[in-house]
Amino acid sequence: MKTPKLKEQTKYTLADKVDRLGNFIGNTPLFPISNLNPNKNVTIYAKLEWQQLGSSVKSRPAYQIIYDAIQRKELSRGKHLLDASSGNTGIAYAHIAAHLGISMTLCLPENASDERKDILKSLGVNLHLTSRGGGTDEAQEVAKTLYENNPDKYYYADQYSNSSNWKAHYHTTGPEIIEQTEGCITHFIAGLGTTGTFCGTGKQLKEFNPEIQLTALQPDIAMHGLEGWKHLETAIVPDIYDDTLPNEIREVSTESAYELIPKTARNEGLLLSPSAAANLIGALQLAKEIDEGTIVTIFPDDGSKYGETLTQII
Amino acid sequence: MAKIIIPTPLRKFTDQNRDFTTDKQTLSDAIDQFVNEYPGVKENMLDDNGNVRSYIKIYIGDEEVNPADDDTTELKADTEISIVPAIAGGCYHLPL
Repeated sequence: MKTPKLKEQTKYTLADKVDRLGNFIGNTPLFPISNLNPNKNVTIYAKLEWQQLGSSVKSRPAYQIIYDAIQRKELSRGKHLLDASSGNTGIAYAHIAAHLGISMTLCLPENASDERKDILKSLGVNLHLTSRGGGTDEAQEVAKTLYENNPDKYYYADQYSNSSNWKAHYHTTGPEIIEQTEGCITHFIAGLGTTGTFCGTGKQLKEFNPEIQLTALQPDIAMHGLEGWKHLETAIVPDIYDDTLPNEIREVSTESAYELIPKTARNEGLLLSPSAAANLIGALQLAKEIDEGTIVTIFPDDGSKYGETLTQII
Repeated sequence: MAKIIIPTPLRKFTDQNRDFTTDKQTLSDAIDQFVNEYPGVKENMLDDNGNVRSYIKIYIGDEEVNPADDDTTELKADTEISIVPAIAGGCYHLPL
């Protein structure tokens, strides 16, 4: 049986293929948080970022990093895509790299869950496990060393320093929020991890309307359980972080985020990850403090990769 | 002497030391000694009730132990204790 579309596909270059994949990244829905909202003069929305290829907000920077590297001819099928990740960026890279036929090596703390390791292995990723006490900081250092020892083998994506990270949000997340709120957003609030989401989206929103208030969130202590977040005072601060952007920085405890997960599941019908719940805590707190406005936050991923945590708290 | 391996996030509070040697015989006593030696560690490791925070995992060697059972967990001279923040959950299917 003839498959003309497949034959046609063989004509596509790597640049063509990555370009076409862009249709499946971003464009996530803006969900109204109505039942937990404490202030009826305030509207709270959240971007459901798991509703895209790769199933998390990290699909945006992962795609942009790979796209830009291919356009610059720094990444090809002859090179290994290399980076460090606590999970979601690695999974997003893996989906995209598998589709493009690019090999991938990921430095991952060994205490990442078995389910994440299984997902990554299923997508063909070469896992380089780093110590369970070292977190993503150590994974970054190991990835950098791997690259320095063999620069011809790897394209080191370095999501913490790569400007394509925040630019992904500048060019997609920010404009989507402006369009979906019809320009009515007054407050944007999000956690700091690589800081790409906050900085890219925040920069776009500030350029659109300098009156929009940007609130950054971080864990309240160094030893936290909000995956992907960084406690800036004790962690390596990403190079892409722009500390002039936030109007304020607030802190969220892991315990309070965990407590909100079952409430959100039962009242809003959304099963959140701990970091999504932490963002919602910030938004709910902010809603109590302002007279009126439109708050937008980000739900980076849902609870489907956090089975052990959910077992513990529900 | 048992040894506590100090995770990266806590090293700011331990003068960047990477491990802590203890002569205590139980996990409970070792953790008490550790947090008393470095007060900045205390609020990071323990909740308001003085228990190890629920999302922190404790390993003896490669075996995860329940911090709630800590006063019965005996330490040997070559025991290595690891303190690990949970960065992600376990089974893929949800318990709901």
